[in-house]
Amino acid sequence: MTLLLETRDVSKSYGAFRALERVNMAVHRGELVSVVGPNGAGKTTLVNLITGLIEPSSGEVRFMGRNIAGVGPVELADHGLARAFQLIQIFPKLTVADSIAAAVVSRQKKRWRLLSRLSADGEVGHRVREVADIFGLGHRLETVAAALSQGEKKLLDVASAFALDPQVILLDEPTSGVSTADKHGIMKTLIAAAERAGVKGIVLVEHDMDLVAAYSHRIIALSEGRVLADLPPEQFFADPHLIETVIGKRRGH
Amino acid sequence: MKLSAAAIVAVCGTATLAVLPLAVPPYYVGLMIPFYGYAIALLGFNLLFGYAGLLSFGHAMFLGIGAYGAAILSGVLGVKSFELVLLTVMLASCAMALPVGALCVRYTGIFFGMLTLAFGMLFHSFLFKFYHLTGGDSGMRVPRMNILGLEFARYNKIEFLAGPFYYYCLGLLVVAGVVMWRIVNSPFGLHLKTVRDNARKAEYLGVHVHRFRLAAFVISAAFGAAGGAILGFRVGLADPELVYWTQSGQLVFMAVLGGFSNFFGPIVGAFTFTLLQDQLQSLTEYWRFVLGAILAVIVIGFPEGIAGLAADLRRRIAGKTA
Repeated sequence: MTLLLETRDVSKSYGAFRALERVNMAVHRGELVSVVGPNGAGKTTLVNLITGLIEPSSGEVRFMGRNIAGVGPVELADHGLARAFQLIQIFPKLTVADSIAAAVVSRQKKRWRLLSRLSADGEVGHRVREVADIFGLGHRLETVAAALSQGEKKLLDVASAFALDPQVILLDEPTSGVSTADKHGIMKTLIAAAERAGVKGIVLVEHDMDLVAAYSHRIIALSEGRVLADLPPEQFFADPHLIETVIGKRRGH
Repeated sequence: MKLSAAAIVAVCGTATLAVLPLAVPPYYVGLMIPFYGYAIALLGFNLLFGYAGLLSFGHAMFLGIGAYGAAILSGVLGVKSFELVLLTVMLASCAMALPVGALCVRYTGIFFGMLTLAFGMLFHSFLFKFYHLTGGDSGMRVPRMNILGLEFARYNKIEFLAGPFYYYCLGLLVVAGVVMWRIVNSPFGLHLKTVRDNARKAEYLGVHVHRFRLAAFVISAAFGAAGGAILGFRVGLADPELVYWTQSGQLVFMAVLGGFSNFFGPIVGAFTFTLLQDQLQSLTEYWRFVLGAILAVIVIGFPEGIAGLAADLRRRIAGKTA
């Protein structure tokens, strides 16, 4: 299996506090890898390291064979790693079409075109409609993002990340703020969209163990900044002690 | 606003301005020259404020570069072509905006505003204190220049301003408006808007947040200098007052008055402010008080400004007729 993303002995300290301690993880082609753990386990730090927002105190973060530690989100987007945030991130005053077009413009390297009319660019328009259709937003293209429903805002947030044509996408609690009934629907949409968009790997940070169990190929459990387990779901959920340690009573059984 | 609606507004506005000298006394026609200067400067100012979300309190600095640049080029170096002066001051303004902007755009909100204010005050102090270079409080003379290679020698200054120069400035505003329209509707313009709305998200979509803010700052400086050159040409003087922080505040006032979230808002603001200031000054010595009250009413009651109010009315009328 082709290795897409890996951390090698990554540690991150804030003064005396060690947020991550020699973390090794890998995402291979075709995998959906979930990162789980209680609050304070180091999930956010790991996500910020993987997405180039912060630099590790030691160790390496490698994406498609190159060290991406601390390169920053823009370069990372250019390399093919996208991120969708836990809290919904939209451009409130922009339309759905423009929100998606922003990523398409980056992807097609047209960002410094100062005098060309965006609305006349058929290549961008075509891709925008394609992505919007995948996420069921095709009928809302001219709607201002702030006027969308909460579920649609979430879809738009993720759709704009997908519009970068990423190799790997990092989904940080993609169903947070979505009703329980809609969670599986959103996850199925996301995974189907990833397949259609040619995404090769997904990193999912998720608290909801039902979703983790249903969609993961592997589960990485973090606790107090260390990797406690890196297992396929059937082995992970077969170990009650592991579940108790990592999740506590969260799953409710 | 769709292109068709914008085109209608632009054509109607240009046509009205084109017939204005035929309908109003020359005094009011002359009054339109500062309007053109401010309108061009505000097109740039609003790229920064309305589209990139950065409110500058030091933008008059670039008006000063335009006016003083015109004074140096025409008065000291003897350049006669106003087009050459315009081009040179715009380039000089960009050159100055690059290092200043590189420092300022690292900050947003009040910190950006205060830094631009600080640079504006530094520039004002330089103009005010370096008497032997800048003429200090007396300023520098801006001699009359040729436009499009023509001298218009048989026109006196007032006739020249109310005639050929009026239409020349109208042409400049149209060109500046078209260029700015293309910029805000380009891929670059879209990325600027994403930076304004949500810089963190924009970065993750591959938007170079700092570089785009800097580019907007530099472009706005070029427009500011062009406006400043027109203002200097009109009065025949580059005055340090043009760079004082109250002038920067005046630019903010005009943008808010007209409506900074609408493309035409700043132009409407410049037009309204120029007329309002002139009328109020002739009516009362407390004209600043009245202007302040109007600003308060606009901010509280009509935050979208006059252009926003007009757009709202248009929507209501369309809604009723539908």
